[in-house]
Amino acid sequence: MLRLGFSLISGSLFGAGLMLSGMTDTAKVQGFLDIFGAWDPSLAFVMGGALLPMAIAWRLTQGRAPAAGGSFPAPPQKQLDRRLFLGAVLFGTGWGLAGFCPGPAMASLSYNGWQGVLFLAAMICGMMAAPGLSRHLDRRAANA
Amino acid sequence: MEADWIRALAGGGLIGLGGAVYLLGNGRIMGASGILGGLADRSGWGTAAERLAFIAGVILMPLLIGLAAGSTPDTHATGNAAVLIIAGLLVGAGTRIGSGCTSGHGVCGISRLSLRSISATLAFMLAGILTLAVLRRLLGVI
Repeated sequence: MLRLGFSLISGSLFGAGLMLSGMTDTAKVQGFLDIFGAWDPSLAFVMGGALLPMAIAWRLTQGRAPAAGGSFPAPPQKQLDRRLFLGAVLFGTGWGLAGFCPGPAMASLSYNGWQGVLFLAAMICGMMAAPGLSRHLDRRAANA
Repeated sequence: MEADWIRALAGGGLIGLGGAVYLLGNGRIMGASGILGGLADRSGWGTAAERLAFIAGVILMPLLIGLAAGSTPDTHATGNAAVLIIAGLLVGAGTRIGSGCTSGHGVCGISRLSLRSISATLAFMLAGILTLAVLRRLLGVI
């Protein structure tokens, strides 16, 4: 129950933050990425505002355990691979195309009309296809 | 314009707090694509309840705020169904192949100086910038 409570509170804060910050406004997101056009840098402050509490949270994990039990994530892996970059480039292209990333696509579901439902459905289909695509990429990398 | 960056900063703070609660409470990284993607490809069905609780918060809180405020922000989403489908497929597959999105890599990963997350964030931002540069500025199609 504790885990569900933390999840619900976390999701609520995340959803409210996405709505308030302007991340669910595709025109603002595309304006942020449109540096050769009418560049709108304001969304850079979203990342600035989010990094501070998160950096403090990572500090607080030292010498402690999660409140609901279990353990904290292992230190991040260091090696960079093709999959990381290929996935990031595919994601960034879709993000630029429609102006939605996964969080805002969920947060705006109640007020984004049919466009939001269609985007989310396509996104979930992409997620379902990803493990197969990843295995295919790994096989090709192994054969190369 | 000034109100825009204040809202962005405050909204960002709430997003970071959400990530802090998820990390310090459940010991997990708050990544929107990871939480939803684990349900979509069944790899996270063992923790389905907490994933669904998170998603419920993400969807319901903006709905409640909208009801209380009597208005919701405009998403200005394109009405071009083909663009929405292609973009959705790319975002869904790309975030899972690349192990994260704006929240997982961009917020949670960068805040612990993960080299992979910093690299991924630079790559997806660059790809987004290029997409706008080519499709909007050069070709004028989006």
